Amino acid sequence: MSFVKLSASALAIAAVSATAAAARDQIQIAGSSTVLPYAEIVAELFGENFDFPTPVVESGGSSAGLKKFCEGVGENTIDIANASRPIREKEVETCAANGVKDIIQVRIGYDGIVFASAIDGPAYTAFNEDQIYQALAKQVWKDGKLVENTATKWSEIDSALPDAEITAFVPGTKHGTREVFVEKVIAAGCEKSGAEEAMTAAGMSKEDVEAACTTLRTDGRSVDIDGDYTETLARIESNPNSIGVFGLSFYENNTAKLKVATMDGVSPSTETIAAGEYPVSRPLFFYIKKAHISEVPGLKEYAAFFVSDAVAGPGGPLATYGLVPDPELANTQSEVEAEETMASGS
Amino acid sequence: MTDVTVAEKTSKHASSLHQTDVRTKRRNASEARFRFYGLTAIAVGVFALIVLMASILSNGIPAFFQTYVIMNVDLKADVLDPKGNRDPDDIAKVMTFGYTPLINEATKTLVAEIGGEVPGLTDKMVNNMISREAAGQLRRFVLAHPDEIGKTVKFEFLANGRIDGYFKGRVTRESAALDSNVSVEQLDIADALKRDGHLETRFNFAFLTNPDASDQRPEAAGIGVAILGSAYMMLIVLGLALPIGVAASIYLEEFAKTNWLTDIIEVNISNLAAVPSIVFGILGLAIFINFMHLPQSAPIVGGLVLTLMTLPTIIISTRAALKSVPNSIRDAALGIGASKMQTVFHHVLPLAMPGILTGTIIGLAQALGETAPLLLIGMVAFVKDFPAAPPEGFFDPATALPVQVYNFTQRSDPAFYERASGAIIVLLIFLLIMNALAIVLRRRFERRW
Repeated sequence: MSFVKLSASALAIAAVSATAAAARDQIQIAGSSTVLPYAEIVAELFGENFDFPTPVVESGGSSAGLKKFCEGVGENTIDIANASRPIREKEVETCAANGVKDIIQVRIGYDGIVFASAIDGPAYTAFNEDQIYQALAKQVWKDGKLVENTATKWSEIDSALPDAEITAFVPGTKHGTREVFVEKVIAAGCEKSGAEEAMTAAGMSKEDVEAACTTLRTDGRSVDIDGDYTETLARIESNPNSIGVFGLSFYENNTAKLKVATMDGVSPSTETIAAGEYPVSRPLFFYIKKAHISEVPGLKEYAAFFVSDAVAGPGGPLATYGLVPDPELANTQSEVEAEETMASGS
Repeated sequence: MTDVTVAEKTSKHASSLHQTDVRTKRRNASEARFRFYGLTAIAVGVFALIVLMASILSNGIPAFFQTYVIMNVDLKADVLDPKGNRDPDDIAKVMTFGYTPLINEATKTLVAEIGGEVPGLTDKMVNNMISREAAGQLRRFVLAHPDEIGKTVKFEFLANGRIDGYFKGRVTRESAALDSNVSVEQLDIADALKRDGHLETRFNFAFLTNPDASDQRPEAAGIGVAILGSAYMMLIVLGLALPIGVAASIYLEEFAKTNWLTDIIEVNISNLAAVPSIVFGILGLAIFINFMHLPQSAPIVGGLVLTLMTLPTIIISTRAALKSVPNSIRDAALGIGASKMQTVFHHVLPLAMPGILTGTIIGLAQALGETAPLLLIGMVAFVKDFPAAPPEGFFDPATALPVQVYNFTQRSDPAFYERASGAIIVLLIFLLIMNALAIVLRRRFERRW
């Protein structure tokens, strides 16, 4: 009759599960895979130094994290969303519609986006936005009209570049990095090359120009990577002729396998990004639900600990890992302290 | 009569048994070809298995060894207990950042002691040789033993992941020269420390008992939380899927009338067994988390989702086991006056038990290796704290073994690569044990009629 006993215990479990709306005592975080390692480092230090439980950190991408964040307020929703881009107006609206009204935005620092290739591959050592745009845009401006991009070798774009096939692994559209890459490299290259001006002069509408300046090729020369940088690295290792788009911190952890290219003659490092010399960088954020601060123990302490000088400041563990410290960190600290929400604050 | 026919045949074809004709040759050749195809198929399978096992083992075995540095740390009272009152609350105010200088100093002393004066060696390089986990380890020790403050205590700290990799062959002097996180000078010092017995590589039990660790300390990462989380989920799956599955199959097989309703149920159960597992994850998110408000990342939700996934497998195998019990047993029991229920529970079920258990174990093994549905219910996460003992622990956040493998492969530090393979080895060992158990049960208790 052990069968009866088993059924009884199963029923007991079901009963417990039905009544368990017990208070959650650990912080739940989800979002950007770029912010993930930083959040993990802070969560680990937080658990080590405070009596609060270690926060649970999930990955999944900025958009997925913010979508989860905006699902509502309460026990079974996350407290913090990590994002490698600012929250969009539309997402704020969705949040508000679901009852997530007071959102605290915390900028933790800056991250560089670098172009790297296999260490023993062709000499991809220097790029500028113009070259990347010419190589990866779906349509380019040639002889007064917009034509499909047919470039197959880097040397066709600029004789200074290696005579190798164009293959680039870029972050997929669910990553916040993609948006920054398109805006700061492709669109910037479009403008710099004079293509944008020429298109406008030729009478194209503003939307058409923007679309032409931000659409990547789909003929296999530009490959979207929906996974993490480890996948990009694996693809580069199997195709040494290719280049990949990485976060600075990932590159710095894999300098034995990758070599980095300069952008406009500036080589990427925490110093050049902090000084504003390296052009392709973006701020990293996390967003807190203000309503949860009184509900989830340690939530405010975690946020304050994250942006404290010892953690996010120069020389701290995050800077060692590759985060570019925010020069206005003191400002962020006081914002967190005052629980300034996006509507009421800056 | 027969003789006549044979005689006729031989006369027609004029062939002898000693000489094979064309058709026989062709048939023999086709059989030989088929044997060759079969052998090739097996060879391909075995080759794939060998390559897979070799790559996993060669990548994963190093995860079971770890390098430690043994050193004396001066637990300075003025740093660790600035107020000097040995009050635990005041000691706890000193964060790990305060402990790091003590470890740095101890490392520096140790390097000076062994005469490790390598040109180009900076203080920063010396500091980086010890894992960042060390500060936490030291703080936990001091909080647990406040009376040791002011004394010099011997500690075993984890060596930095790159130094550890050097002794496992993952980091070489050539790669260190290119690597921004390790330098050749550090490797020289590490060699000197090893020579003098201050550094040793040994079996890494901590890999099985430690929780996950962040990207900055791969050397401290383990799969303890994942093993516990998987165990909790398996308990829930066993506790729910076995009774529900067996009850459902007994009713369907022994009691239910065959009509259009049972036909529909039967078809649906077979279909459910083929539903992709991610669908159960979506269902779990909608029902258990959004509707029933169960916590995210908890083994209870994972267990319930995997129960749904395993149920069809268990029902199908249980029904097959019940079907294989011959009707004569039922007839005999009913014939001597046993009720239908007595017949089932006293005679049919015990005889079907080996088959049911085998099916259950195989279902559990399938559930153990499942990742996709867990992705949607928040179990693919960085979880550092161990869940409590059951039943409360069922509601605490945890990960699972396959999820931990996935997490490790996404980290940027190359040291996590060996940890991922190490976790795969542990997962494979669990699966092997379960499958072996299923085979043993079947061999020992199965009866054939």
